Amino acid sequence: MENRTFYNEILTSHNLRPLHKRDVPDANLELEGLNPSCGDHIILKLKVENGVVEDGGFVGSGCAISQASADMMLDLVIGQTEEEARRLADIFLRMIKGKVTEEELEDLDEAAALQDVAHMPARVKCAVLGWHTMDEMLKDSLSGGDGGKQVSTETE
Amino acid sequence: MTSEERRIRADFPLLMSDSTAYLDNAATAQRPACVLDAQRDFYERSNANPLRGLYGLSVDATDRYEQARETVRDFLHAASEREIIFTRNTTESLNLVAYSYGLSHLKAGDEILVSIMEHHSNLLPWQMVARQTGAELKYLECEPDGSLPRERLEAGFSPRTRLVAIGHVSNVLGRTAPVEEIVQMAHDRGAVVVLDAAQSAPHMPIDVQALDVDFLAFSGHKLMGPMGIGVLYGKESLLEEMPPFLTGGEMIDSVTRTGATYAELPHKFEAGTVNAAGAVGLAAAIRYIQEVGFETMERRELALTNLAMEGLKQYPFVHVLGSGKPEEHCGIVTFTVDGVHPHDLSAMLDSDGIAVRAGHHCAQPLMQYLGVWSTTRASLFFYNTEEEVRAFVESMGSVRRRMGYGE
Repeated sequence: MENRTFYNEILTSHNLRPLHKRDVPDANLELEGLNPSCGDHIILKLKVENGVVEDGGFVGSGCAISQASADMMLDLVIGQTEEEARRLADIFLRMIKGKVTEEELEDLDEAAALQDVAHMPARVKCAVLGWHTMDEMLKDSLSGGDGGKQVSTETE
Repeated sequence: MTSEERRIRADFPLLMSDSTAYLDNAATAQRPACVLDAQRDFYERSNANPLRGLYGLSVDATDRYEQARETVRDFLHAASEREIIFTRNTTESLNLVAYSYGLSHLKAGDEILVSIMEHHSNLLPWQMVARQTGAELKYLECEPDGSLPRERLEAGFSPRTRLVAIGHVSNVLGRTAPVEEIVQMAHDRGAVVVLDAAQSAPHMPIDVQALDVDFLAFSGHKLMGPMGIGVLYGKESLLEEMPPFLTGGEMIDSVTRTGATYAELPHKFEAGTVNAAGAVGLAAAIRYIQEVGFETMERRELALTNLAMEGLKQYPFVHVLGSGKPEEHCGIVTFTVDGVHPHDLSAMLDSDGIAVRAGHHCAQPLMQYLGVWSTTRASLFFYNTEEEVRAFVESMGSVRRRMGYGE
């Protein structure tokens, strides 16, 4: 079966013991991401200074895939430049569509554990929730948005 | 597998060829070979556009279509075949009543009464009617177990109630509504009753005259018929005075540059080329049900429901919604698991070869009312086996461990 081992230890530990599921009081970017059909919901907060993601966290609820994926993402992007964070998001979103190279996969580190979601169409939106939310947030910030708190809805 | 199980399952090509334990029967049933054969036979031997052609094939197609209507009439114990309208599904049947009857009969100050348990298909059409006519949409609230005791009914009805739309069996809780009581209270106040029988028609005999409902809707695919064929029953006196829902071909007597006169019932409500093969397939499904017998089906479904509910009881982290009595579930067992999201749960069951439904089940107001965001539903049909239910119960035992929780 395709997903017999899908709920592996990497995924379940990020879901049950997320490192970054916490508020970031001095965050300067905030965006809500929502999958209305399944109820996955996160509020992503980032502290971005001089083009670098200094800190980040999320709160919310949803399935293990949505929550673990957001946690893995923050593992990767904290300490990176905004451009690098967006590059990783691009790789992740392509991985879910099955269009990624082995080298790119290595850059995703543990998040590569979600690669098999590509074979589970109903769960794709769960896996991309955090990444899509971050991408929207940084796209806006880089294009000269006010960098203030923004809330919008993801309807992918 | 018992010999009875083996005998029943031999009728279903998919169950014979696919190893999935299919426990999503409330979404759609599997089809017996006789239904597939009937559809194929229609296309192979009788295919022509029914109700129009003046040649033999078309007459034959018409005859088979109208025989299917008679089979449905008999199945529902309706007084006349003029009261049986073929639609695409329950949703279209309910929309027909909402657009045709609702918009022309309801007005500001009137009340539409629905239950909080309604499937979206028996809710959104009435929200639309309320918006467009200014009528008020009111809710019958159930007890947590899905029951609707007299006090709850009294609280919902008012002298201004004009239409009651109620699900016969809840697709989430499996609870059967007290239809006789609701019909009596509605008729006492001059209101009509629309019964959504999508979940009941596959499981219990229905007599529309004994129930005295004004409209009743069901889908073919949930009772082993083809997808894309459904039924609306309506009392002839009501259907007669209703305007058409859709207009076009096959529903007229004559058309001029400025207008048209409409065909007699039931064709007034069947615009366009009809799904004759679907109707023929549905009739075959009904005959199949009559052969197996509701008694056998109910006995088997109750035994399987009992096995599932008893099995889940051993897990303190599983919470079954609705009544504690298996006989009040109509084969539907909906539950939550502490700390495990229904979508993760259904993915794990899928990896064990077990198909269940997870989500809001198109009944979001009920989910909000019960205080759960989403749930998992196993729905059983007479062709399921004890072995499948045992596999489901066993699989459920390890879901928390598989999600990384300690014992």
